Amino acid sequence: MPTKNMLQAINNALDIAMGEDDKVLCFGEDVGSFGGVFRATSHLQEKYGRARCFNTPLVEQGIIGFANGLAAQGSVPVAEIQFADYIFPAFDQIVNETAKFRYRSGDLFNVGGLTIRAPYGGGIAGGLYHSQSPEAYFTHTPGLKVVIPRDPYQAKGLLLAAIRDPDPVIFFEPKRLYRASVGEVPEEDYQLPLGEAEVTKEGTDVTLVGWGAQMEVIDRAVELAEKDGISCEVIDLRSLLPWDQDSVAESVFKTGRLVVTHEAPRTGGFAGEIAAVVQERCFLYLESPIARVTGMDTPFPLTLEKEYLADHLKIVEAIRATVNF
Amino acid sequence: MTTTADIHEPTFLAGDEFSIPTFRLLKQDGTLFDGARAPDLEHDKALAIYHAMVATRVLDERMLAAQRQGRLSFYMQCTGEEAAVVGATAALDDADMIMAQYREQGALVYRGFTFDEFMNQLFGNELDYGKGRQMPIHYGSRKLHYMTISSPLGTQIPQATGYAYGQKLAGDGKCTTVFFGEGAASEGDFHAALNMAAVHEVPVIFFCRNNGYAISTPSIEQFAADGVAPRAFGYRMHVIRVDGNDILAVYSATQEARRIAVENNKPVLIEAMSYRLAAHSSSDDPSGYRSKKEEEAWREKDPILRMQRWLIDLGWWNDDEEKALQESLRREVLETMKRAEKRPPPPLDSLVTDVYADVTPELQRQLDALKTHIRQYPDAYPKGARSLDPDVRAGDDVAAKGGE
Repeated sequence: MPTKNMLQAINNALDIAMGEDDKVLCFGEDVGSFGGVFRATSHLQEKYGRARCFNTPLVEQGIIGFANGLAAQGSVPVAEIQFADYIFPAFDQIVNETAKFRYRSGDLFNVGGLTIRAPYGGGIAGGLYHSQSPEAYFTHTPGLKVVIPRDPYQAKGLLLAAIRDPDPVIFFEPKRLYRASVGEVPEEDYQLPLGEAEVTKEGTDVTLVGWGAQMEVIDRAVELAEKDGISCEVIDLRSLLPWDQDSVAESVFKTGRLVVTHEAPRTGGFAGEIAAVVQERCFLYLESPIARVTGMDTPFPLTLEKEYLADHLKIVEAIRATVNF
Repeated sequence: MTTTADIHEPTFLAGDEFSIPTFRLLKQDGTLFDGARAPDLEHDKALAIYHAMVATRVLDERMLAAQRQGRLSFYMQCTGEEAAVVGATAALDDADMIMAQYREQGALVYRGFTFDEFMNQLFGNELDYGKGRQMPIHYGSRKLHYMTISSPLGTQIPQATGYAYGQKLAGDGKCTTVFFGEGAASEGDFHAALNMAAVHEVPVIFFCRNNGYAISTPSIEQFAADGVAPRAFGYRMHVIRVDGNDILAVYSATQEARRIAVENNKPVLIEAMSYRLAAHSSSDDPSGYRSKKEEEAWREKDPILRMQRWLIDLGWWNDDEEKALQESLRREVLETMKRAEKRPPPPLDSLVTDVYADVTPELQRQLDALKTHIRQYPDAYPKGARSLDPDVRAGDDVAAKGGE
């Protein structure tokens, strides 16, 4: 099986989607002949023409408003926002329009064809405005789906599923792993299910839940914990909205302990939602408080990024504290 | 209010009715166009402008090289646009507010931001006014009336309208100049800013650096219109297009724009036509989207060379002075860079300060937990650990904090 990095896998998924369906369009800032600032859309304009893969003017609210209209018309837009940090001018279009299009019209109209791609996350010396993980703003918005892949195989399968899904999807791509994450990716078309978590490692003492770039960090922490003789079960949520409550609850029934981790700040972060649901569903099975390992409640720093990040050492300490409670 | 004559045939206007000329005074050979009159620019001020343009160029060249050597994480050059930025700044009152995008370091150089101050920000050390929180080139200076840079594009444009409205109410005779690129002018914020400025009669100068590219996107894919200037008509606003590589034209146009803004409380749009000679940033490679030939053609329109020729013709500058200036600037850049590199990072507590005016109880708990964790793993967090170790801290040469 050929190996690809995450960018190549995403590019491959877009190529398959555009090749299969003339209605699929890719656009955004610098997306056209240049192929995007990260090159996720390389060669798509060459292959499918300027009408289907193109640069937009520099206006995020315009990109998503335009994409909403296209999707309502029956096209299948895959709109790129260059950095998740720059998605906010489009917040109104996403929260008030994309998410509510079907509901408010009684299903007369919908924008289900829409997929919004945006690189997110830190660890790249990007400071305040090239590092954010804004997923929780969107998980608080019924009508959207929120999907985050952890590696190239997942990225291709989940992106193809997102493009073909009957509902609008925000697809956050962990940019720290764009070139760093390399793995086997089948050439052929395949999809991975939205709304389903994956148990990436089975264990008995503690459950770890994360998504996106945090999965690699969890793996490093688990390696350390297992040296202490702690058996860890690891779950990649993959979809945050809707999220797979059953898989997480089932795991916690078994382990009795849960550590949730994300890069985003703690307060109002998605770990809080997971903790709330797990205590509702697993209260009598819990052996210790549910732990959160997250970013701090500050804007994303630069010089002190290493200190700020929810890294493997902070996670392994949380695992130990949870197990030794 | 709309007041127009009636017509009784469906006659459309196509948008081509307005042709906006380009204001130019100085030819590339350093002589004036026929009929052009140089602005009143006395010897010392002319040399101050030239010095700032050259200093900006030298700073940019050396810091890009430093980025390539791995000493700096990121850099952005002003190269090719020095006349637009420095010329506009020189035409303002030094106490006027400047809200820049991210490629206007020349404005700071002109106003006296020192190389040490630049370097402290670039290296995010403990003397950086921004406390090491933002990527390189995100400068700010309260004492020089230069708002701290924000990466999101166009956000500063409506803020400038608001800031200038406050200046008008304060009656202090000051105005605000806001810089942005022709790409950022596509953002909704641009339109909101111009409309509000015209409606509320705000003393603000919108200075668009039309440098041809928004990263890889050429201006032809940014707008169908003849540049950004015609948009001013839609808001009923004064507008001028100026050759952005012509220091005299930029200076003269901005001087007049400031008069209109401050004396008449009218906003003005200036579109300076130039070219981004460097890459968008150190992360970008323009060879993927534009030709060397195109770049060469613009290199021949170098704004610094144009001004230098004018100064030499006047007898205000010569080759020896040029050589001495270049050498002293290079030396100064290297010295200040070395100083800034050696300075320690901001203290760990700076992670949680300034989020609010006061650190919240929850943030204090998070900081305390972090300190406990770092004490457990000091080797994994060298920057954080050093600020927890009083022995290391005592050895630092801690100068007085700027905070300005």
